[in-house]
This record gives sequence, C-alpha cells and structure tokens, in this order.
Amino acid sequence: MTQPKRVLVACGTAIATSTVVAKAIEEGLAARGIPVVTRQCKAAEVPALAKDFDLVVTTTPVPQDLGIPVIQTLAFLTGIGKDQVLDQIADILRKR
Amino acid sequence: MDEGRREAPPATPEVVVSPRLIMVRMKASSAEEVIRHLAARLEEEGFVRPSFVEAVLERERTNPTGLPLAGDLHVAIPHADVEHVIVPALAIATLERPVAFRNMANPEEIVWTSVVIVMALNEPHGQIEMLRRLAQLFQDPERVQRVYESSSPEELIERLGLP
Repeated sequence: MTQPKRVLVACGTAIATSTVVAKAIEEGLAARGIPVVTRQCKAAEVPALAKDFDLVVTTTPVPQDLGIPVIQTLAFLTGIGKDQVLDQIADILRKR
Repeated sequence: MDEGRREAPPATPEVVVSPRLIMVRMKASSAEEVIRHLAARLEEEGFVRPSFVEAVLERERTNPTGLPLAGDLHVAIPHADVEHVIVPALAIATLERPVAFRNMANPEEIVWTSVVIVMALNEPHGQIEMLRRLAQLFQDPERVQRVYESSSPEELIERLGLP
C-alpha cells in the first residue's frame, strides 16, 4: 500500500470553496487510482504549510516559490476543464 | 495533519434557504450594493451578526468571489469567517443587470455577475452537501439560466435543487 499523496487545498477563507475543491480532488484522484489526503487552508497560510505537502491546489493566487507544484484553478467550482485538471494533478502526484 | 477528517460522516447541518432571503430581479448598480442588501436581510432575520456585512465586503476586497461560468451568466459567492454567523443560511439575488465582481482566480479581472449567493456558513469545512449541490449547479449553464429566470423566491428555491 503506497502512502497517500498529500494535497494542500487553499482558498480565501478555508470555509466554503476549499471544501468543494478538496472533495472533488479526493473523488477524482480515487477514480484515477491515487489515494490522497487533503487539508484545507487559507491562501495566506500556504507558505507556512506547503513543506508538508506534495502539491498545492488553490482557487485564489498564492506565491509560486513554494518548492512544490502549485495548481491554481476554478475548475472544481465551474466545471470548466475539470477532467484535464484532475489528469494534471494525477500526473504530478505520480511523479512525486 | 488531520487525516481522520476525510472519513468523518458528512456534517451537514441545515442551511436555511428561505424566500425571505431571496430577491429576484434586483436592480443594483454595484457588487457592494447587492452584498449590503443581502447581508442586511440576513441580519434582520437573525442569521448573522452586525459584523457580517463589513467582514464580507472586506473579504471581497482581499479575496474576491466572482466565478466566470461556462454559459453567459456568471455568479459570485461572497462570504466571511464563521464567527460572524449565527445560523447558516444563503441569501440570493438575481440581478436585472449584471454588476462587476472580481474574479476569484484573478482579482485583476472583472466578472459581470448576474446571480449573487451570499453564504453565511458557521462551520469550517461543513455544509458539504449544500456546497456540492451549488457547485453542480454552477457547472450546468442551463440550470443557472433557469435559476436566473425565476420569477419568485419560491420558484428560485425550487430550481436551486438544494437538499
């Protein structure tokens, strides 16, 4: 059993938006055979937390120089490009 | 980190969606005006504290909530930290003419918004089922259009399709 990949999910307040995104990532990655663990946070908390994660997925801008990949997307809210983003996340996590 | 949370049963306390919190075909000229109207309604009805409105406006300045959708109609989901909320509820306006929100993903960009859903949520990471249903709605332009065309609060609530 491989370790689940760790995905940090950020939005403005860590209340609503990241809840939807985290669920969609867990389900979408499970469907692609990649177990993930998510944690939600505010965008402002990302720099302090990033080192413990494999990937940051955020709806709102965060710094890019975190030392781990960052995907910024509204796809999990708007549906636009959702499958492509899930494939992209899966690719990144498979390599980590 | 909190690995157990993923397995927790869906904590979905009821989110009130009442006709008294819905304004169809509102005439408004700015995002702030819409937010002030809806927040005032939430406050009058006892769902949020007086601090809610300024908290939402401030959050909108720093982390805007406009969402450009696949169809012609776009939405915004203004909200604030849980401490300003007493009972979870949604206050919704459809606008005769769109107003300018800024894009959640790119605050430099304007999203002309026709449906505004002010979310008063009192539990971080909660109300998952409601949020999922909203996201499903946003992903279906025809349903967004039907919600927008609702002629009464009751009709709008029915078309929202929330639990």
